[in-house]
Amino acid sequence: MSFSEQFIVHEHDVLVIGAGGAGLRAAIEASAAGLKVGVICKSLLGKAHTVMAEGGMAAAMGNVDDRDNWEVHFADTMRGGQYLNNPIMVEHHAKESPARVLELESWGAVFDRTQQGKILQRNFGGHRYPRLAHVGDRTGLELIRTLQDHGIHQGMEVFMEMTVVSLLTTGGKISGVLGYDRERGRMRIWKAKAVILATGGIGKSFRITSNSWEGTGDGHALAYHAGAELMDMEFVQFHPTGMVWPPSVRGILVTEGVRGEGGVLRNSEGKRFMFDDIPDMYKNQVATDEEEGWRYVCGDKNANRPPELLTRDHVARCINREIKAGRGSPHGGVYLDIGWIKEKLPNASDHIKRKLPSMYHQFKQLAGVDITQECMEVGPTTHYVMGGVAVDGDTQMSCVPGLFAAGEVTAGLHGANRLGGNSLSDLVVFGKLAGEHAAKYAKNNAAVEVDQAQVLAHTNAIMEPFERTTGENPYLIQHELQNTMQDLVGIVRTEKEMQEALVNLDQYKARMKKVSVIGHREYNPGWHTAIDLSGMLVVSESITRAALERKESRGAQFRDDYPDKSAECATFNLVAKKAADGSMQVTRRPLVQMRSDQKAIIEKMK
Amino acid sequence: MSTPTSQSKPVDESRSVQFRVWRGNKDGGEFVNYQVNVTEGMVLLDCVHRIQAEQAPDLACRWNCKAGKCGSCSAEINGKPSLMCMTRMDTLPKDKVVTVEPMRSFPSIRDLVTDVSWNFRVKKTIKPFKPRKPDNADGSWTMFQQDIDRVQEFRKCIECFLCQDVCHVIRDHQKADEFIGPRFLMYTAALEMHPLDTEDRVGDLKNRDGIGYCNITKCCTKVCPEHIGITDNAIIPMKERVVDQFYDPLTRLFRMFKGK
Repeated sequence: MSFSEQFIVHEHDVLVIGAGGAGLRAAIEASAAGLKVGVICKSLLGKAHTVMAEGGMAAAMGNVDDRDNWEVHFADTMRGGQYLNNPIMVEHHAKESPARVLELESWGAVFDRTQQGKILQRNFGGHRYPRLAHVGDRTGLELIRTLQDHGIHQGMEVFMEMTVVSLLTTGGKISGVLGYDRERGRMRIWKAKAVILATGGIGKSFRITSNSWEGTGDGHALAYHAGAELMDMEFVQFHPTGMVWPPSVRGILVTEGVRGEGGVLRNSEGKRFMFDDIPDMYKNQVATDEEEGWRYVCGDKNANRPPELLTRDHVARCINREIKAGRGSPHGGVYLDIGWIKEKLPNASDHIKRKLPSMYHQFKQLAGVDITQECMEVGPTTHYVMGGVAVDGDTQMSCVPGLFAAGEVTAGLHGANRLGGNSLSDLVVFGKLAGEHAAKYAKNNAAVEVDQAQVLAHTNAIMEPFERTTGENPYLIQHELQNTMQDLVGIVRTEKEMQEALVNLDQYKARMKKVSVIGHREYNPGWHTAIDLSGMLVVSESITRAALERKESRGAQFRDDYPDKSAECATFNLVAKKAADGSMQVTRRPLVQMRSDQKAIIEKMK
Repeated sequence: MSTPTSQSKPVDESRSVQFRVWRGNKDGGEFVNYQVNVTEGMVLLDCVHRIQAEQAPDLACRWNCKAGKCGSCSAEINGKPSLMCMTRMDTLPKDKVVTVEPMRSFPSIRDLVTDVSWNFRVKKTIKPFKPRKPDNADGSWTMFQQDIDRVQEFRKCIECFLCQDVCHVIRDHQKADEFIGPRFLMYTAALEMHPLDTEDRVGDLKNRDGIGYCNITKCCTKVCPEHIGITDNAIIPMKERVVDQFYDPLTRLFRMFKGK
């Protein structure tokens, strides 16, 4: 078969990989520049993981508390990220997210309202003032549907259920993308002047995760193999509250919004254990007793937040501590109680159902628990990766010319730990920037010729599993990989265990080369899992190597053998890059320094 | 403090269940039997995954969130259009074979995966949201919660297309060329009832979208996993708007004089 018969070829100015919030926002922006834009979805349009986001999107609009402004949001985000964030990105985010929220409203989003008819904002961990624009507990659905319904009229071409196998480069510059459609298994080449990665996260590298099957770190691996750098990969966020029971739903997210609405955490003795351990950095921002915490939930501006609304890394570790000390719930979690607010509110049951409808529904249907009356059982779940492709803070371009990134696949905004609600705003703020700058790049640079030899080599590699009649089961390797990462590179890490993990990862790499797949190329999940494996291995290795190199505990990384923060480690980010010999090199990179005016904001907000 | 979770929840048990899963493509197919060990709290999607991992790695099915939020894993379970991820095994009749089929109103791609692209094409034909000018200098609008409650109900839709699958106008009478189905009648209703929207889609509903075909059997409402009042809250009010605009004698007279 000739080259042109073997491949379907598409041509675009800007090609976006991923159709969650960041990808769609980027595609809308690039389309607005009058360019030919393509969007590749791993699933159907509108099903991306953004749909699972619950609590809200952070934007300092000051609708509920007029003391809020971008400077407070800037300081909160830097503090949450333990000052490893890229301050340029944090400033863009804090300044631009209110405009992005209003833009969504102008495209048809319907946010919950205040009494005065403005967009309502709710409390969330680490945010000083009520800041999250939301729609009950289904904000992600509202975001993605709004972008989808607006986007389909902007001229972009949408490719659903496609898998990207490799980025194509010629002379170190982006020339396009190689992939296939799952429906027929036909190979496709998308020629493009600029490519935007918006592929989301990596949760599937762990056994317990809130992420769907799509969260296999595709973009991270694609970028790495194309020569881009992965930064901050040691920082994986374990959300404190995932479902723990029944087993089949273990890991599914229970929104922080439950705590924002007054939900409290208790151990098996009925004690609100979060009051026991409050970090110094937050001492003067936390309620002194339960009464003050409730007043905060009710909007009393003179009250401080309840300790349940501390940052996610801290809450997750406290829950872990209770479980390990034998004070957990029957299925290995702790209790999350929202029903108790009936002591304070006359119509609590209706209030809960209105503010947290998906949670009510999810627990009722899957666990048989009525959250208005009974406690939920919750425990930490792998939720989000702060690390990702290193990009320029203003343009979102990686070190590979023509390769841009936005959203969870990108590093920089969140530093060592992300605040809840900063993800949805991240998607639209940086989706827009990436779209804008990718469009500029595409206008100023001619198309680069695709290297046919590269295409054929990648194609042959992914077809190999069909040629083996016996061999490894891809599902089994994936399962073992998840166990390794969960048990050896999880919430609490040690040198010894992580070295062990590296040994295991090497073995999986060898076994991956012997994977065999039965059936045809049409919609074959076994084949798909085999292809996903290679990306998951890159991601897992970069997490483990960076976590080993960072000999301290900071933000989302907790090292049992280095339980404290180190001043030296406060000065760098870690960057993983593919060396000439194909091995992974992890190096230190000095932080992007704050300007003096940014430093002054931090001082003012202390 | 609320009651700690009681132990009387999904039954703690392990039993072997017989499945009949439809396997095939657009050219035809057949039911294949699988035996699956079912443990506590499992949902039907878990069973399909177990079949994939242990017996049929090439069994095709769509899924994403596993929590009833994305609407990908729609199928017909014992004949009823349902989400596989929200169907708990202990809610199905015990000791009976469980039949799993793809949505039958859409063309087959493979096994449990169907071609739902028609839905995406239909959505594109509906006139998009067109807001009035912002109310306030900062570009924002003033809207009150009571004015958006209904629209928010419709916007809970996860686009699982189970309502489209079950609708007899599409399923039995094959009117997909003349009828947009409950999902998009409701989508139009959400736009029409949006307090900021200035577009008029009532004529399209009558002339192009086939709203008259719906005879309110409420099958769509019954299968909606989000429990949205599709028929009562969306379709009937839209039918009323069509009647008001096109069949009300006074309005018709008024229109005649205005030359519209």
